[in-house]
Amino acid sequence: MSSAAGLYGTYGGRYVPETLIPALDELDDGWRAARTDDSFQAELDELGRTFAGRPTPLTRAERFAPGKRLYLKREDLLHTGAHKLNNALGQAVLARRLGKRRIVAETGAGQHGVATATVCARFGLECVVYMGEEDMRRQRPNVERMNLLGAEVRPVDFGTRTLKEATSEAIRDWITNVETTHYLIGSCVGPAPYPEIVRELQSVIGREARAQFVGAEGRVPEVVVACVGGGSNAIGMFVGFFDDPDVRLVGVEAAGAASLGTGHAAVLHGARSSVLSDGDGQITDAHSISAGLDYPGVGPEHAWLRDSGRAEYVGADDDEALVAFRDLTRLEGIIPALEPAHALARARELEEELVLVCLSGRGDKDLAEVLSH
Amino acid sequence: MSRKTVVVYLMSGRETPALAAAAVEGGADIVELGFPFSDPLADGPVIRRAAERALAEGMRTQACLDCLARTRELVDVPLVPMTYAALLEAYGWDEFARAAQTAGATSLIVADLPAGDRPELRRIQLVAPTSTDARVRLAAEQTDGWLYLVTLTGTTGARNEVSPALAGLVDRARAVTDRPLYAGFGISTPDHARAAAELADGIVVGSRAIEVAQDGPPALSSYVSSLRAAVDTL
Repeated sequence: MSSAAGLYGTYGGRYVPETLIPALDELDDGWRAARTDDSFQAELDELGRTFAGRPTPLTRAERFAPGKRLYLKREDLLHTGAHKLNNALGQAVLARRLGKRRIVAETGAGQHGVATATVCARFGLECVVYMGEEDMRRQRPNVERMNLLGAEVRPVDFGTRTLKEATSEAIRDWITNVETTHYLIGSCVGPAPYPEIVRELQSVIGREARAQFVGAEGRVPEVVVACVGGGSNAIGMFVGFFDDPDVRLVGVEAAGAASLGTGHAAVLHGARSSVLSDGDGQITDAHSISAGLDYPGVGPEHAWLRDSGRAEYVGADDDEALVAFRDLTRLEGIIPALEPAHALARARELEEELVLVCLSGRGDKDLAEVLSH
Repeated sequence: MSRKTVVVYLMSGRETPALAAAAVEGGADIVELGFPFSDPLADGPVIRRAAERALAEGMRTQACLDCLARTRELVDVPLVPMTYAALLEAYGWDEFARAAQTAGATSLIVADLPAGDRPELRRIQLVAPTSTDARVRLAAEQTDGWLYLVTLTGTTGARNEVSPALAGLVDRARAVTDRPLYAGFGISTPDHARAAAELADGIVVGSRAIEVAQDGPPALSSYVSSLRAAVDTL
């Protein structure tokens, strides 16, 4: 779906300082070489199976959604507790191929930071994670996990003190240390070729889920639902159904961070996409109980999928996510992260009977936040 | 040796026309006017904070264009808006360039629009120590007037010494172009200015100028004079 220029329609591109262009070219070359190298995919498959816990199961949620045949793709059961590890593992293997020994990352909910710290521990790479102070407060357990894993968590104390500023600081670190450092971006955002790399590394979700659903029901689902912050679990799920034009694709954003629902075309973090922004192009604040969705931008491919009509994007507010969080916990014995709780909130009220939801992560990190509401 | 060029960066704001006049009085040959963006990836803490203050004071695109026009009334040196792609995307790329020119801009710098992208937008191109020779050549071909040499691998802001990467970058640029080369990022003191100007045709000061400008026009004029004097010894 993407051209060589990293464009999705008019979205995407590379809006970064010149200093980074050679590194992006090098990354692009390294990525294309890896993709055509059977040993790269074999190494990822092996790590997925023996380290990460792939394939993750598909679970029917009968009590949560009575009258439907609603299935959960259990990325919450992946090692470290979220889909983020798929991407972190792939990019760590890529960084090693590029000879980079230092990794820098941003994190919002902390799941990408934990996944990055984990792969750095596994491969012996230096790891620096930028995290907004507000997110460090509300996702404390993940800060402690990153510290235990040997990562240095650098607090970001300006602006919104959340994912947006953490991403900017990670990019500034990369600009400064680009010769030794790989920027391990956590979602399908950023300058080309990152959106494509992250989509491909997350596409394992959709590939497995489609086969598992067909195995369970003898057909593909009528509708596929996933939460969208930057959009990596959603794009990884959706891409598995691009060749099934009758399957409806629904992304669920936090109502206060609806980049696709209420945003405008704007440039943020190296790409043109649909962004919460004002008439002057200044980025406006997002608000969500879920740190992972609390981001004013979104992957450029989602903006293109919205415009083309292939996918649709709706919102769920904090309260709806909290209700779905409690219901899934009580009715299915699965504590979801607040991010996919947004997807669950919308999924059970859809008209379709055959529903597939990406349960992108588990909710241990959110207990303090949920109990305080 | 011909006179070296001193370029001073100031953030747009209420005081900026008077500050720009003071910088020119102190010996600045060119003034860059920052149009603030909420998420400036190329900037270190000083300019980032200056952008936050400017936005809090209401320095949106139209207010910056007004500031540019008022500055044009006070000084006759080249004025160059420096900003980010987001502002042009929102305003309209061609419309922004036209409006800036109408307000008195001599050219334009877009910190996150690398050479090769939108070649029809006339602007001053930047090259960095990481740029390949092919990219230095492309930037030199496309640049509007002078070429901006980013002296170091990093963001804007004062450093303890002039980057050792500058000499190599100057050599590589001289090999492919006879455009004037002005060096910026990390230059803050008269000693830095002299050291960088020994290699390049001019120097750009940003973060330190913004800090000094907070003490008012006389302080800025005096600071720029000290840079002028340092490079005039060459």
